Formats: sequence, structure tokens, C-alpha cells
Amino acid sequence: MKSATFFVSGDSASVSVGADDLVRAITAEAARRGIEARIVRTGSRGLYFLEPMFEVDTEEGRLGFRPSGTMAECVAEMFDSDISPKARTCLGLMDDLPWLRRQERLTFERCGIVDPGSVGDYRYHGGFSGLERALGMEPRAIVTAITDSGLRGRGGAGFPAGVKWNTVLGAPGEVKYVCCNADEGDSGTFADRMLMEGDPFLLIEGMTIAALAVGAARGFLYIRSEYPAAIAMMRRAIDAARAGGWLGGDIRGSGSAFDIELREGAGAYICGEETAMLESLEGKRGMVRAKPPLPALEGLFGKPTLVNNVLTLAAVPLIIARGAAYYRDFGMGRSRGTQPFQLAGCVRNGGLVEKAFGITLRALVEDFGGGTATGRPFKALQAGGPLGGYIPEHLLDLPADYEALAEAGFMLGHGGLVVFDDRVDMLAQARFAMEFCARESCGKCTPCRIGAVRGVEVLDRIAAGVEPQKNLALLEDLCTLMTDGSLCAMGGLTPMPVRTALRHFPDDFRRSAAAAE
Amino acid sequence: MTETTPPADMADRIGRILAGHEATEGACLLVLQAIQREFGYVPAQALEPVAKALNLSHADVYGVLTFYHDLRWSPAGRHIVRVCQGEACQAMGARGLTEQLARRLDVGLDETTRDGAVTLESIYCLGNCALAPAVTVDGALYGRATEFLVLERLGTVR
Repeated sequence: MKSATFFVSGDSASVSVGADDLVRAITAEAARRGIEARIVRTGSRGLYFLEPMFEVDTEEGRLGFRPSGTMAECVAEMFDSDISPKARTCLGLMDDLPWLRRQERLTFERCGIVDPGSVGDYRYHGGFSGLERALGMEPRAIVTAITDSGLRGRGGAGFPAGVKWNTVLGAPGEVKYVCCNADEGDSGTFADRMLMEGDPFLLIEGMTIAALAVGAARGFLYIRSEYPAAIAMMRRAIDAARAGGWLGGDIRGSGSAFDIELREGAGAYICGEETAMLESLEGKRGMVRAKPPLPALEGLFGKPTLVNNVLTLAAVPLIIARGAAYYRDFGMGRSRGTQPFQLAGCVRNGGLVEKAFGITLRALVEDFGGGTATGRPFKALQAGGPLGGYIPEHLLDLPADYEALAEAGFMLGHGGLVVFDDRVDMLAQARFAMEFCARESCGKCTPCRIGAVRGVEVLDRIAAGVEPQKNLALLEDLCTLMTDGSLCAMGGLTPMPVRTALRHFPDDFRRSAAAAE
Repeated sequence: MTETTPPADMADRIGRILAGHEATEGACLLVLQAIQREFGYVPAQALEPVAKALNLSHADVYGVLTFYHDLRWSPAGRHIVRVCQGEACQAMGARGLTEQLARRLDVGLDETTRDGAVTLESIYCLGNCALAPAVTVDGALYGRATEFLVLERLGTVR
């Protein structure tokens, strides 16, 4: 063996558990054996539970390896086996791993496979074919394709993307903007980050197609500051796309112009709300705006603006390249296509699972997730971030579908699924929901700004056993007020984790009160 | 607001940052972020020139500065440890980890040690939720974090 090509994830989460050390171990051992090692830093496959791991190119495909002892031992053993499945630490062919094979990877089909910094690699793997097609289409035909695909906003609200695009297309005005919301603040979610770090040109392609569809010449990408690696990768990719003629004044000789400016958030959860994000992009406090006017008509700097989440825009190139029907054929009911689910928290196999809508939560948590990380009994699943509900074990057979979850009093949100084992105290989680809302409220409306503070106090009194029945009634009143009276989803949905904790785990509220007596 | 002696050439450096944003629409937040990158915090003395250059009121700029968790108006410690307090990290013991670190470093959460060495901060989600609990030490991200790992990292950089 003279040379070998290795693929090691450069994704920040992979690096956070030692992917860079693995690169050093491979380089050192290869040098010692006189083997030329070519190392490609890819994004992540989403197999975080196996990290740190690496892949090697072989005639049969990419073989995966995962150190069990030291990294150096694993690498040495891999070379000793002539890079074959005989090595103890070999995971087999990556394409055969059940965890990957059972997924339906559309948006994440390239992530973890390509070199995210290379336009050439992106092209080689089918990238920009959607944009090439869109350049020859009428704007209305692009919007119709998005409408027909059934794509809904992946940021959490699930609003039909085609309706939004159509509104911006029809809005009067010379100047329009496309804004990508990459302020992925929900705990338990990391799909936007993984995509931006692992397949950044897909987002650029999606934003550019959106711009062609609605008639925008400028785009803004708002990424939260907690994601420095995603910011660096997107900057690099925007520069490379510009250099390759995929962005700029004359996209690939088509005469169409579009460019993207990246702006960084500053640690405010509320800026994930679209109007707060627009305020922040304008350099102001991230205060939520009243609607109407819709951002589609009066958005950034008062101009018609298309605001979509990273995953919404990243689904676009494939819809245009392969047709609306291809995408629409995945899913159930009114939830069409696929959803990148993120398995997080106390789960054995945490990572990214992209599946068509309709898969049950149990299949995600148990079949993919493998149960709790601790091996202790499962207690609750929080779906949809800090504003999402806590789901008990007996409701895990619910399908992951916008309507089915809403009917049961929950939401899918951005697809984050946080698993808790039996050590969790649901009263503490309900209190945290209020505490988080108090910390992150923009302060514009009273139910959210004051309600969240009062909510913490009421829950503290319940925990202390102070008139628990009266305080529970008060909490219920407060939740109703916040739900009905808040300006946006921050105050409006904070009651969801509180109420679902109370409804499905009443013992935790009684136990705390009883213990205090 | 804590008064800290600003560097002598502060006015010049802020002037250069402002000059670099002359053509930018809605530049206030960008300018404050750039000032923080330059000085490690936003000195109170920066508000006046920023307001003037951007044609905003002092209150507008102060409002932006105080809205965002990232922006600080006094210097942090020489090292910054951020421990994620989000639900996914809670599910893997982030609350306990935070308490342990606070005890070992003898500092409260969102405070700086008396010797100015370490600031211990809360943060809400680092996007490392499948490898919880997550922390950063001077900006470097770590997953499956433990008290030992953080103290060892601090020992190396301190």
C-alpha cells in the first residue's frame, strides 16, 4: 500500500470529541509506515454517537473505523489489517450501516460525504443542477414547483413555503430581499449547523433559486454567534461561489444577479422569530414586530422580504432538480417530504435522522436512538425545542407529522427531540421553561415579559408546597393568558412545556409539594 | 455599568471601525460587535462616537448594547468557560456540571473569579446536543464534557 484517502469529519461537534486528534494520529502512523495519507475533512454524517470516527476509501466503498482504545492503536490496527473489515475497530461499509441505510436522506444526501469547501466536489455530487434548471424557468414556474411539492417552513411554524413565496413574488416593489434564518436557538437542534458546516453550497443554491423566484437581488444570511464554525464555512463557501460565478452580478452568464451578505447574531434566542431577526439585521434590538404588515410585503428595511429557515431553503434545489412530485411523494397527510430529526439529550445513539414525515416518535427514539444513554427508564421526550411539549412514553406512537402532533397538544418545531431518563424532575423543567422565557423575552408584550417572571414565582411556590391547589389554578390562568395574549410564539408557546409537564407528569408536581410539607 | 479605564488609543481604533462601516445599512449591531472583538468588551466611552457616526441617539445605541447577551460592557476574565444550560445538556447533567465548576473555580455563574482569571458563563445551546453536555473553553467547543476536562483545558491554557 502506497497511499490511502481518509475522510474525517471537520464538523465542530465531531471536533469537540477529538476528530482533529484522529487526523493527527492517522498522519503520524501513515508517515511512520511510509504511506501517503490524503485526508479530506468532510462534514458530519450525523452519526454523532460514533464520533470520533473516520472513513477510508476502498474498492468496495468507504469503510468506517471507530477507535475503542487509543486512537493510535486503532489506526495502527487498521493499517495492519490492510484497511479491511478484519480490523476489530472496523464498522464495515458506511453504506451498509443500518442507521444510515434506513434513512431517507434528501437534504442531507451529501453531508458527511463531500468536501464542504469545494465547489467542484459539490458539482461532482449533483450540486447546482437545481439552480441551472431554475435559471431557465419563469419565476412563477419556480414558485408553482415549490407550492406543488408541499414544502412547509422547517423553522417550526410549518407554514406552506409556496404561499409565502407567491406573496413576495406578487408584492409590488423594485427592491426585494431573501433572508435565511440560521438562528437555530432551540436546544436539541443542530441540523442547520450541520448542514452549513457540511454542505454549505446547498444553502447558497437554495437561497439563489428563491431569489430568482421572488425577484430579489440581495440576500442576507443571519447565523447565530454560537456557531462560529458554521459562520466560517459559510463565508468561505459564499466567496467560492462568487469566484465560480454562482453568485454575483451575472450568475453563470444568465444575466440574473444575486449576492449574499452574512450577518452574525449576538446571543438572543428571540432573533429566531422572523420579525425580531429582521430588526436585528437592521442593527437594532431584536424586538418582535406586530403583524401585519407581513414581512413578505414589508420586511427588511421596509421592503418585501422572503424569510425562510435553513432547512426550508436547503430542500429547494432538490425539488427543482428532481421535480415537485419526487419530493411530495415522501411524507403523510399535509406534511410532505422529509424532516431531518435530531436525536439529542439522554439518548444512546444521538445524531441526525432524516426520514419522511409519518415515522413514529417511538421508532425515532427506540429504533434509531436505542433508548436512553444511561440505560435507565425513559421518562419524557421534549419535541420542538424549549417551547415544545414534554411527551410521555405512552404517547410515543404518535407519528411525526405537523397535524397529528398539534392535535395531541404538541409540536414538531424544528425537529429537535430531546430524551430524558427517569432522573428528570418535570416541575423543574416547567420552571425552566418560564425562566428561559423570562431571560429571552424581547420585552415588547406584557404577557411574555411579565408573565414569564410570574410563572417562575408561581412554580416556586408550588414546589415549596405553598397553597398548591390555588397556585396550580393560578398557573393555569397564567398559561391561558400567555397563550392567548402574547405577540409571538415565545410567550405564546412557553405554556406548552409547562402544561404538558403538568398534564402528563402530575406526580412530579404533587411530590414536590408533598416533600415540602 | 462598571467603569474600566479604556485604552489610550481607543478613539482612533473606534474611528477606524466606524469608517469601515460607513456604507453599511443598519450598522449599529455590526459596529458594536466589531468594537467588542477589538477591545474584548464595549467601553462606555464608545457609545457617544458610535451614536454620532450612525446618526442615532445615545439611547438607541445603549439599547442595542444591553439587549444582546453577547455584548459585554466590562471586560471578561482572561479565560471564558461557557456551560450549555439547554434542555439537551440538562438531560445529561449540565446543572450538576455547572455547580461543580462554580465550586471548584470559586465563582458564581455569569461571574468572574476574584483574580480575574476565569469567567464562568451560561449559554443556551451550542448545537452539540447529541454529545451533551457541551462547553466551550476560550471558544473551543467540547462535547461529553466533564469537570475534569474543563479544569484540564484551563490548566493547559492558564
